[in-house]
Amino acid sequence: MQVSVKRRQGNLELDVSFTGAPSGITALFGNSGAGKTSVINMVAGLSRPDQGHISIGGRCLFDSGRGINLPPDKRRVGYVFQEGRLFPHLSVQSNLTYGMYLVPEAERKIAFDDVVGLLGIELLLERRPRLLSGGEKQRVAIGRALLTSPRALLMDEPLASLDEARKSELLPFIARISREFCIPILYVSHAMDEIRKLTDHVVYLHAGRVVEGGD
Amino acid sequence: MDFFTLTTAELEAIKLSLRVSTWAVALSLPCGIAVAWLLSRARFPGRRILDGFIHLPLVLPPVVIGYILLIAFGRNGIFGAFLFQYFGVTLAFKWTGAVLAAAVMSFPLMVRAIRLSMDSVDQGVEAAARTLGAGPLRVFFTITLPLTMPGIISGAMMAFARCLGEFGATIMFVSNIPGQTQTLPLALYTLTQVPDGEQGAMRLCVFAIIIAMSALVCSELLAKRYSNLLKG
Repeated sequence: MQVSVKRRQGNLELDVSFTGAPSGITALFGNSGAGKTSVINMVAGLSRPDQGHISIGGRCLFDSGRGINLPPDKRRVGYVFQEGRLFPHLSVQSNLTYGMYLVPEAERKIAFDDVVGLLGIELLLERRPRLLSGGEKQRVAIGRALLTSPRALLMDEPLASLDEARKSELLPFIARISREFCIPILYVSHAMDEIRKLTDHVVYLHAGRVVEGGD
Repeated sequence: MDFFTLTTAELEAIKLSLRVSTWAVALSLPCGIAVAWLLSRARFPGRRILDGFIHLPLVLPPVVIGYILLIAFGRNGIFGAFLFQYFGVTLAFKWTGAVLAAAVMSFPLMVRAIRLSMDSVDQGVEAAARTLGAGPLRVFFTITLPLTMPGIISGAMMAFARCLGEFGATIMFVSNIPGQTQTLPLALYTLTQVPDGEQGAMRLCVFAIIIAMSALVCSELLAKRYSNLLKG
């Protein structure tokens, strides 16, 4: 994963370049306001850099010089949001399969039963998101993103809204996902203890710049 | 029970009102949803002008709207001449014209309700659907529209009630022809202008209340059922 982007937003001048590990977890670390979420929103295609280049596994997603800017639905990037963002009107089952059915069958590399088993959400399938606990919601959100067989998984503080017990319950899942499904993960967090348990590959952001671990 | 026996003319007026209101709501609902979406989600030059234009029927005297419709959609009006020449359709002084008048008058109420509901749909959830591979149209139909449904139901209901009550624009545009364009409010007004009309007027008044109340109860039940469905 190669990211090199510039964007001016408000008072923050973002200028970030780094190369993510081709497999395993790359952590994007920094205080709030450092521009972490802005960076992964640009990788997902939810916001547009003023200038730069983004590619994953050799596939170009954005290049201002060549005028390439794939829309989010064509990027094949899974995104786990801080607040889950499950579809409130759909059951857990339908939430999980929403993106899966949009991927051609030949390109579905991740099996439904494997994901459900790994995340331990077999018993939740009939429920509505409203009735799930915070940790359960996040597991469903991770499953939903995984089932699109993404080429990379973006996680924006997926544990931030959870208590300590839930955090330590979910961390091993995240470590296993990257190993078992061979998907590179870009993991955004401001909690160093969390990151230490997941990876050694850390990119430090401060006030819109990479201070360590960049290109 | 003599009091509740409707005369043929009164029954006709009630049926016509129901028909006009139903058609007006059914035809304007897709436009209402589209305009609400534009105002809630799209950013384009002239958005405020569109917003103001949509609200005109709410602030202008209804008679003025009726007059504008007469000028534009009369046999010699720009749109009226076009419709007649190419489709053989006349709206002025026809019940179809009453549908147009009711639709125009109720449109701002409908759009407001739908837009409010659409504004409250989390755009983050829509963005999540995009990252899962859904294009903008699919996101609209599978996420935005279902989550806006309570607003669509109440918007349609308010528009229906407004259509039933439509008077000024209707009488100006399509006049007051019994059996053709004489809707319930027009019939009620007419009855108060003739001797011995009080009983008929009273009957229509009671029926107007019954229809409005049933529409209100229906939409409440529907909205409740739907929001239970949303919450799971």
